[in-house]
Amino acid sequence: MKKGRIISIMIVAILLLLAGCSRSADREMIAGSESQSEGVSQKTVIGFSQVGAESDWRSANTQSMKDTFTSENGYELIVEDGQQKQSNQIMAIRKFIQQEVDYIILAPVVETGWDTVLHEAKSAGIPVIIVDRMIDTEDQSLYVAWVGSDFELEGRKAGEWINQFLQEKNIAHANIVDIQGNLGATAQIGRTAGLTQVCETNENMTLIASEAADFTQARAREVMTGLLTQYSDINIAYCENDNEAFGVIEAIEAAGKTAGGDIANGEIMVVSFDGVNKEALKDVQSGKIACIAECNPNHGPLVKSTIEALKADEAVERFSYVEGALLVHDNTVSSISVDGVEYTTTVVDEAQIEGKQSN
Amino acid sequence: MKNKNKRSLTKSNLLLIITIAVFFLMYIGAIIIEGQGFLKPQTFLNILNANAALIITSCGMSIVMITAGIDISVGGVAALVSMCCAVYLDFHDGSVFMSIIIAVLIGLAFGVVQGFLVAYLGIQPFIVSLAGMFFARGMTTIVNTKPFNVANEAFVGLKSTRVVVPGLGTLNKLGKYVDAYVEIGVIVAILIVIVFFCLLRWSKLGRHFYAVGGNEQSALMLGINVKRTKFLAHLLCGLLAGIGGYVYFLHVGSGSASHASGMEMNAIASSIIGGTLLTGGVGNIIGTLFGVLSLSTIQNIVSSAGFDQAWWTGITVAGMLCIFLVIQSVIMNRKKK
Repeated sequence: MKKGRIISIMIVAILLLLAGCSRSADREMIAGSESQSEGVSQKTVIGFSQVGAESDWRSANTQSMKDTFTSENGYELIVEDGQQKQSNQIMAIRKFIQQEVDYIILAPVVETGWDTVLHEAKSAGIPVIIVDRMIDTEDQSLYVAWVGSDFELEGRKAGEWINQFLQEKNIAHANIVDIQGNLGATAQIGRTAGLTQVCETNENMTLIASEAADFTQARAREVMTGLLTQYSDINIAYCENDNEAFGVIEAIEAAGKTAGGDIANGEIMVVSFDGVNKEALKDVQSGKIACIAECNPNHGPLVKSTIEALKADEAVERFSYVEGALLVHDNTVSSISVDGVEYTTTVVDEAQIEGKQSN
Repeated sequence: MKNKNKRSLTKSNLLLIITIAVFFLMYIGAIIIEGQGFLKPQTFLNILNANAALIITSCGMSIVMITAGIDISVGGVAALVSMCCAVYLDFHDGSVFMSIIIAVLIGLAFGVVQGFLVAYLGIQPFIVSLAGMFFARGMTTIVNTKPFNVANEAFVGLKSTRVVVPGLGTLNKLGKYVDAYVEIGVIVAILIVIVFFCLLRWSKLGRHFYAVGGNEQSALMLGINVKRTKFLAHLLCGLLAGIGGYVYFLHVGSGSASHASGMEMNAIASSIIGGTLLTGGVGNIIGTLFGVLSLSTIQNIVSSAGFDQAWWTGITVAGMLCIFLVIQSVIMNRKKK
């Protein structure tokens, strides 16, 4: 008798919990049932497996997808949060296959280990579009297109900017530390490679240390604090995303030094990537960050044009790159050139800061 | 004493019934919220595919928890196993059989060392396995820093081997009949669940685990070798972490330092949801299996509820754990009266 009562209390409690979840899922459910009643052909269903919400860039990237694939535009977008785990993402893709979505967008957390699940998607007849990071596979037919940023170009742009900056300021030599992202992530590989190339070809820049800080503020602070005790002659900190730059600036200030572009007077110059949130741009305006090589998170429109081309059976661009600006504190360097292409720098002003999202 | 044993069994049975009921409620909830996707057998099998490794490590965790211990090194061990096997298979072109041996040996090594420290030197299991976790994670990075794919042919063959479940296939949207399948890991997980369920329920060693976890003093007075029993619990947990690590490796097919992160916490949560008491002496492997299934069903529901609701996973799991802990203590108190 009493056992029964406990069990029934339990059931009620669990149902309440479920109700809590279902409220948040209501919107999706309604969208789902609508498309069912209208007939499947009405809306294009897209499954998007996102890495997580670890950085501002990531949130902006998700928002771009949500803004592009709206129901007004004739799409139904199902976003699955992988919470930084590949196993969650594999599971999400399998779920999309079961739900029979029309297209799968995958923002992979790591480059490796996708062959099996992408093969399943292929045999289920669902085209996969990779965004942001690249995947490492022998079988190129596993995905139809890739949309993202050219991270190596970003790295070379930032490196070249440092080189030009040193020349303009008549600084003969500078020591650089590379605060890397998650080892193995495409952004980390490209940005590190870009810097390494520039350092190898220019004698005024020496890379004295590289250490991974996993793209997070807390870790970057730890890493930079360690590097500052280890080396007394750091001139430039090359941070592979903005969140790392925040941590590095904290570490520099905690060590009693100043973050800024005046290398000749002992300041440590911070160079960073992404440029998606207000705080980072404010730091550029105040000079704490000297230069940000922007990594445009706005992938939505390019993915959409790829999907529309696929729908119309047209040939698709296999690799599409989003354009990114060079956001700088002052116009010491007005433009740089990489591989013969000219890139002008943009001095950050109030209008640009207003245009970005804040935390 | 015999009476006490009998009593804890009924408690364990009640908790088991609750766990299974919760899982079915969850799944029905998922069908209601998610619609047709969850009605397909393959969706359920995918949950098994994705969680085979977790089921195996959770079994080990349950055994340790039944002896009133804990082992938080299992995730680290799984990562170390997958990295070592990946390096062995890919860089040294090793054989699949040897890689399995490596996985088992790594697991056993962790089990032996941690079991010895806990059982014979009397160090807190939490501290020992915390050190074990850091050591395993650190070693993984030392073995190889960068994540990479394993291209070894024999391994890839084993990885993509599918066991077809007859009669559960469905038509896909191209109108082609697709068989329902499970991965090799699921078969291993099910075998392990059966073996350890029998071990705990009917073998002398299994009953010793319960006795030691229920009351160490009385177990000692009964003539049970408490130290040896605790040692064996950790040994089995280590072994299962090694096997679980290999199954995880078989699932993702790559080595990476970030693999299996948080697996130990999921294993603990699954064991608790499955009716294993943190205080020891009560627990059931079948319950643990359903614990894993419930946990991943929630994660499945929540993760597809949309991006902004990702934190719901954590909150729902926390809520479930709370409810289970309250129920467990209510039952315990009622029994005491």
